Order: sequence, then C-alpha cells, then structure tokens
Amino acid sequence: MSALPLKAGSGALRRKLPKLRLNPVFLVLALLILAITWYNPSFIEPAGLMNFLRRAAPLVVLTCGQLFVLVTGGFDLSAGSLVTLTVIGGSLITLGDPAMTWPAIAILFAIGLVAGAVNGLVVHRLKVPSIITTLGMLLLLKGTALMWSGGSPRGYLPENFRAFGRLVWRDIPVLGILPVAVLVLVAVVAIAAWLLHRTQFGKLALAIGDNARAGELAGIGVGRVRVAAFVLSALSAVTAGILIGGFAGVSVDAGDGMELQAIAAGVIGGVQLLGGRGTVAGAVAGALALYALFTLLNFIGLPQPVRESMQGVILIAAAASAWRQRREG
Amino acid sequence: MSDIALSPVGRKAFRLPAAAIIALISAATFVGVALATGEAAQLSATGIGGLLQRMVALGIVAIGQTLVIVAGSIDLSVAHLISVSAVLASYVMQGSPERILPAVAAVLAVAALVGLVNGFLVARLAVNPLIATLGTGLILKGLLSATFDNFAGSVAPQFQLFAYGAIGPVSFSLMTLLILWGGAALILRRTVFGAHLYAVGGNAMGARLAGIRTERVIIGAHVLASISAGVTGLYLASRLGSGAPWVGRDGLYDLESIAVVVIGGTLLSGGKGGVAGTLAGVFLFAVLDAAFNMIGIDPFLKQILRGTIVVASVAAYTFRTKAFVA
Repeated sequence: MSALPLKAGSGALRRKLPKLRLNPVFLVLALLILAITWYNPSFIEPAGLMNFLRRAAPLVVLTCGQLFVLVTGGFDLSAGSLVTLTVIGGSLITLGDPAMTWPAIAILFAIGLVAGAVNGLVVHRLKVPSIITTLGMLLLLKGTALMWSGGSPRGYLPENFRAFGRLVWRDIPVLGILPVAVLVLVAVVAIAAWLLHRTQFGKLALAIGDNARAGELAGIGVGRVRVAAFVLSALSAVTAGILIGGFAGVSVDAGDGMELQAIAAGVIGGVQLLGGRGTVAGAVAGALALYALFTLLNFIGLPQPVRESMQGVILIAAAASAWRQRREG
Repeated sequence: MSDIALSPVGRKAFRLPAAAIIALISAATFVGVALATGEAAQLSATGIGGLLQRMVALGIVAIGQTLVIVAGSIDLSVAHLISVSAVLASYVMQGSPERILPAVAAVLAVAALVGLVNGFLVARLAVNPLIATLGTGLILKGLLSATFDNFAGSVAPQFQLFAYGAIGPVSFSLMTLLILWGGAALILRRTVFGAHLYAVGGNAMGARLAGIRTERVIIGAHVLASISAGVTGLYLASRLGSGAPWVGRDGLYDLESIAVVVIGGTLLSGGKGGVAGTLAGVFLFAVLDAAFNMIGIDPFLKQILRGTIVVASVAAYTFRTKAFVA
C-alpha cells in the first residue's frame, strides 16, 4: 500500500543511517519501569519483575509472531480472535479432563496452522490485501468460537492446561520465583530472534518487506516466506491463547483487541509498517513498554477507558517520532 | 493525471462496470432468497424500501471512506467517531426541538475537527494512516467511555423524522444517502479537488512535483470522511432515539466501510476507484443481511459467512493482479 504519501523519497536517506543506533524504546521501557517502581518499590524485586513478565507474556508472544507479518509488509488482524478461539476451544475439547490437555493443545496448534496458512495463501495467491484477508479471518474465527460455545463460554480448563499461564515455581535461586509463562516467553523470544536474525528465512522476510518485486526478481520464493510469516503469527496467537487461558479463564472476549496491541507494540518498538525493518529485541521491548504503561496507569488509578486513550496517544507519538528520526538521519 | 481521474469505470466499450455486476448479482440474490423462503412480501415496495434503508448507515460513512482511500489514506477512526457523534447529538439535544440545530452543528464541528487532526497526522507528521487513525479512534473511544456508559440524553421527536420520515416511498435518510453519493461522485469526477484526490492517491510524489498541494488534499479528504461519519452518527441517534457509546463499534463500521469500498473496486492503495462501486458494495451487504434474516441463519454462522464473503468478493477482483499486495 503506498498509503504513506512521502515515504518513497526518504528511502534512500534511511538506508544511509548507521546500523547500530540505540532503539529509543529501551529508554522508554527503562523510564516506565522506574516510574512503576516509584509507586511500588517491590516491583523491581525479582519476584515483582517475574510477575510482570508473566502477565506481559501473552502480549510479548503475540507481538513476536505479528512481527514476522509486519516485516514482510502485511498485518495480521486475526490474531486476537485466534487467542479467543484457543481459550474457548481448549475448554470445549478438554471439558475439564486433564488427560485431554495434550491432544487439545495439538488440535489447537493444528487449527492455528491452518488459519495462518489460509491467511498467507489468500494474501499471496488471491492478492487480497492482508488487512481485508485477516479481517475476514477475524470474523470467521470469532464466529466459530461463538458458534462452538453456543455464544457463552461453557466448561473449564483442566489444571494442567492452565499450568502454562498459572504455575509458578517457588524457591528458585537468584530469581526467587519462576513462572512457567516466563519460560514460554523466553523460549518464544529466542526462537523468533533466531528465525528473524540468524536464518536465511529471516533475511528473506525483511527483503520482501523492503521490496517484494525486487525479491521476486532475485529469485526468492516470496509465497513460501509470506505464508510462513502468517503461520508463525497464528502459532504465536495459539501460544498466547494457552497462556491467557491459564490466568484469565474462559471467556468469549479473551483476545479482543490484542492484535491491535501487538501491532502497537511493534510500532513502539521501531518496526516499520509496510515492511522491511524491525528487530525482535525492539518488538519485545515495545510489548513490555506497552504492558508497563498499562501497569503504570493502573497504579495511578486511571480507569480502563483512559488507558485506551493513552494507548492511542502513545501509538501516534511513537509513529511520529519514528518519522522524525528518519528525517533527521 | 486527468487520465487517471477519468478512467474509473466504463471507459472500455461494452464492458459492464463492476458496480453494475455487483448490484445485479445482489438484486438477483435478494429476489431468489425471497422466493425460495416464501417471503414474497419482501419484494413489495415496503420490503424493498426496508432493504434500501439497511444501506443508509453504512452507505454514508462508506462514501467518506471512499474519498480517503482514493487519496491513498484510510480512516479506522470512523466507528468510534460515529459513537461520539450519536452520543453527542442526543446529549446536546436532550429531547428539545430547539436544540436540534446546536446539536447537529456540534456534531459536525467535532467531526470536522477529528478529520483535521487525522489529516494533519497523516499529511504533516507523515504518520502511517492506519496507525494515526487507529490512534485517534482509541483516543475517542477512551474519552467517550470515560464520560458515558449508557444511552445519554435523547433526541427530539422531530429529529427522528430524519430516520423515519419519508416523502412517498423514499425516506429522508435514504435521500440524504443519495444526495451525498451524488455530491461525492460530482467531487470525484467534475472538480479539481477530485482530480487531485486521484493524483495524490496514485502517486503522491508525482502529484507534489506537479505542483499539487498534497497535504491540503489529504487533509480535505480526511475532513470529508470524518464529517460523513458524523452524519452516520446523527442518523443512528435519530433512528435509535438516543445515542449509546457502542453504536459505532457494534456496527463494525470501520472494517465494513473499508470492505465495501474495496469490494466496490477502489484500490486500497489509492488512485483508482469511485463511489458507484462503493454503493454497490453497500447494497451487497444490505442484501446479505436481509437474506440471512429471511433464511433465519444462526447469528454466529452469519458472522462466519460474512467474513468469507468479504474476502471472496475482494478476491474476485484481485486474483488476476500481477502486482504484489501487502
């Protein structure tokens, strides 16, 4: 989409920027953590930080997946509804039976795989813009979740399913406590960083986002890379859904709006929309900063609606400051 | 430049414009479903009037959305702006007829202001339009739900004429839709501003080098889009008798308005398209709604079908394109 009117002209300038330049999101994150600590000194203790990471884990995981779609130049708006479907589907497949937990997880990941592949194929083969494709998938997945559950959540998740989001190991040396969700988070971030920055697939994804036509002419299998990006996003959404099922329980709006939070987190973390630029470290820091902001606003006692307004302001500010940087550079 | 501006549909001889094809298929679907389900009453003047009435809310906002998309931008803030407008209208009016004018003026002023902000962010600060309008949408949503949590005030009984009054079979609101549609078509086809919209959407850099003040064009498009969202808000307040903070969000007006614009053949990347196709897309959505109602489909299945149909009908256009889409 050539929606950004003056972007084309700044492309040449941007490429001359020195590669190692501290992403401002890290500074923002540090300031937010300082501010939260001001209100609640125990936040900075290992246990406090671990709890923060546990709560932020679903958003971070979702952002890591969304990142792959963003750098290839698309959007995945269906991620939030896949989170919802995972939570609802988890409770309806297991029906509270712990023995069904692993089969249920396998089925949910299979659903994610199919949803992601369909997104990717429709975008690549049928050339439907990803906003429209994933919006259609959003309606489809949300409708499926609602129809499957009959409109209101039924059943509950067995304890071993909820353990991923909920279980906390205590008396761990150094860290104090270690939530399972934090382990999942670390694993997902490590896989994402490896895929994007250490494999050929990651380089191709960034290249396609920068200039798909050039990538095609250079012989990149553009289709495979794009489909893979959507599949990764969907798998991360299922993972995030499993974590959310652990601490939030079953509801029909479990994942509502999370896709926008993940995209916002990416933007805050310096990911360039419409592709070509982005790092896992930046995206993760962006997600943590967004969640830290929510936490801070919560401490200050601002009601939920005001937090939404703040999210809007931050989103615009992050995008506008990214532009200033490009311009000055 | 003028080539682009004049080319939308119908240039090639004897090829039916896409808008007409969509409209014909939709009409045939409506007739077919009405006959198959034994709801022949739907084919009477009243039934068809009801069908067209379904087009009003989405149609008005989609006309504005067409203008911004043609200019290469997009507006995701319309749904929340519709809620703000509906609530503001009924809150200012408080059921009193002499406050109709101030209420309408307030709504249009707020809408224009939101449009100015959107346009400024997109054109002057070069914020990606998706992010900019998503942001302003979130701000509006937050402000609104911090202030109101239920129906606020009520509109004057006279104001409900906007939704329910009619001259003969044609309601005032449907007339409004048709007038706005004609106005937008006129702007796009017959004015310099319209030509500039296509130019900026087609190639912003080229338009700028050709001496067009691209920033003003984009800001103008956003103001018009926001005002059309404001009018949809007024219509919903008039129809419901009162505005509630969820009317815009529950109507999915942001995503649906974009979907009908694209279904109508306007390029999401800008520079090509028009309001005739958009109106055909709105008609298709109205027919789907009506047909699902006649068949009596489960509301959740309806959502699934709707998602699939949106993607399929856009794919019907796009699958032949060679270009890369994002």
